[in-house]
Amino acid sequence: MKIKNILITFVSAIALLFSTSVVSFAKVVGDKIVLGAAISLTGKYSSNGVHTQNGYNMAVDRINSMGGIKVGGKTYKFDIIYYDDESNPKRAAQLAERLISQDKVEFMLGPYSSGLTKAIAPVTEKYGVPMVEANGASRSLFTKGYKYLFAVLAPANLYLDVAIDLAVEKNNGKGVTVAMAFEQDAFSQDVRLGVLDAIERTGSKKVIDDKLPKELNDMAATLVKVKQMKPDVLVVSGHTKGALTAIRQISEMKVDVPMLAMTHCDAAKLSKQHGKNSQYALCASQWHKTLTYKDDFFKDGMTYDADFTKEFGYAPPYQAAESSAALLVFKDAFERANSFDQKKVRDALAATNMQTFYGNIKFAPGGQNVDKPMVLFQVMCDDGGKCENKVVAPTKWASAKLIHPIPSWSKR
Amino acid sequence: MDFMVFQYPMISVQACLDGILLGILFALIAYGMALQWGVMNIINIAQGDLVILGGYIAYFMYLYGIHPAWGVIVSPIIMYFVGIAIYKLVINKVVDRDLFISILATFGISILFMQLMNFAFGADVVLANSDYGTTMLFNNNVVLPNSKIFSAFISILFAICLVIYMKKSKLGRAIRATAQNARAAKILGVDTEKVYAATFGINAALCGVAGALISITFTIHPYMGLPYTIRSFMIVIIAGLGNLPGVAMSGMGLGVFEEFADYILGTEFRIGSVFLLLVLILVYRRFKLSRKREYLK
Repeated sequence: MKIKNILITFVSAIALLFSTSVVSFAKVVGDKIVLGAAISLTGKYSSNGVHTQNGYNMAVDRINSMGGIKVGGKTYKFDIIYYDDESNPKRAAQLAERLISQDKVEFMLGPYSSGLTKAIAPVTEKYGVPMVEANGASRSLFTKGYKYLFAVLAPANLYLDVAIDLAVEKNNGKGVTVAMAFEQDAFSQDVRLGVLDAIERTGSKKVIDDKLPKELNDMAATLVKVKQMKPDVLVVSGHTKGALTAIRQISEMKVDVPMLAMTHCDAAKLSKQHGKNSQYALCASQWHKTLTYKDDFFKDGMTYDADFTKEFGYAPPYQAAESSAALLVFKDAFERANSFDQKKVRDALAATNMQTFYGNIKFAPGGQNVDKPMVLFQVMCDDGGKCENKVVAPTKWASAKLIHPIPSWSKR
Repeated sequence: MDFMVFQYPMISVQACLDGILLGILFALIAYGMALQWGVMNIINIAQGDLVILGGYIAYFMYLYGIHPAWGVIVSPIIMYFVGIAIYKLVINKVVDRDLFISILATFGISILFMQLMNFAFGADVVLANSDYGTTMLFNNNVVLPNSKIFSAFISILFAICLVIYMKKSKLGRAIRATAQNARAAKILGVDTEKVYAATFGINAALCGVAGALISITFTIHPYMGLPYTIRSFMIVIIAGLGNLPGVAMSGMGLGVFEEFADYILGTEFRIGSVFLLLVLILVYRRFKLSRKREYLK
């Protein structure tokens, strides 16, 4: 009986092995180009993980339905194998290994967040697998000399330096005083470095430089200091938690500051959760639907916004838009390389110079996109309390005029 | 290091008041922990997750247009039954075992709750707006959000009700008797099983109240429970079991300590300073105990 059991286990194990190796995905199966992606579908990044996946899926459907990818005179379609990385860097690295060595994927899409991209990049680099990522903006990703990593988004250090420039401009070119509150994580600290550069460049002065903990839900102490020091600009970056906490406590404590600049406002659904209290906040964004970039697949931002909303039932945050753009970049590179050779595709990616609905894309040697500036939008509310995000900088894309300085709480 | 807090006296006042209001809220959570620790000898690692779940109840009321302050009534009622259910499913199997088993079990519950909340409510950070406004003191130099004052007031109210309940009611007396000596209580006719279930339920209800208050004052997120567990653990360690005034005092003390650590060391050391204090107190306690042991020798 025992021997029989062992035999059955043995035979089924072999059968399983064969069956998986038969269906194992090569780089191109039939008319399909298979891409691999580890995405946070559960865990703390799951909301943005889902935005990323929706962005990818939307672009795959669109490209496939509009003729696919033409390589060597043949037409191919995109397909993606997803795994859930549980928002855990270790798991993400394991899954990247699995995608490459077991599923034989030869081209990868990035995960959500800088931290997870950092975990995956060494793996894709080791195997020489080109990865186009859309959600890892940390500067440290682009200084390691990675050859196979390409990011369609602007690096983190460019998020808020526009705000400092804007404040200086409003101050007639003279330096301003800046209060900073940044979470202690790779992304926010990179944003901080960018702001520090801008402070130095413009001859401004930092008066508060607080680091916020990951478990952040109270920044009253920082705000009390802001009340005391009266800086010209307050910059906050701490993902959605930071944005929500800042607005709640600024409004409750009636902190008056001429300019307030933040990250992650749209991911935090700031204007929805805080309504009029979020008014006048300046938010750094990779993309906004009103920008006038164009491409053949999604036309422009407004059309993308409408199509995405129709398909997924909510307006696309920039995390979704940039994820869609990643697929457009891959398609373009495959067609220019006219091959599935990883080296050739990598070189084609490096030579990318295109416009998508999301923005211009051109990679620096480090892999970051250098052709797309960040935009700043300001939350503006009408008398009925309905709030909207309007682009105010850079001037080229502005759809509304910056309101500066922010009216004091006693006058609101 | 930043000593601004001492340069401007008003900042000190602000820090003290903020700390006290925050501490009262912590004390409420800690009181629940002390109660079940004392009665059932269980350290509940899932305490913070129960708090967050309570917060989500208030948040959903807010989403459906009900003022979140009503959460302090609805949330404890629902959480009481959640507590009873957890007791019946898991805790009653570990209640007589050693402390390590119960820590493991509640740790498991904590992970399960985090994932379930993430699954059910999503990973977005959310909050409920009370629109309570702000109180300005000392010529507008000290600002206190009314939501914090409301939280402290409600916490005190619940604590007082609980003390009276424990003193006067039959179940309260049974709980206290079981805490003193479970075996003797059983012999004298107390249904300890029922007492345990009620204790766990009351603790969960207290977490529900605290959670509703936290959703009004701060933000909630499925993975934000642990800092609340640690703080209440800390408060109970300082105050000792079954010592309500002690819990209240150490709660406020911890709140003020946190605020000052925030100003002086920086916000990044806020939670870290709590850990440091915990270690220092444990070392001090051990030192005191060993001295005592020497006398005995």
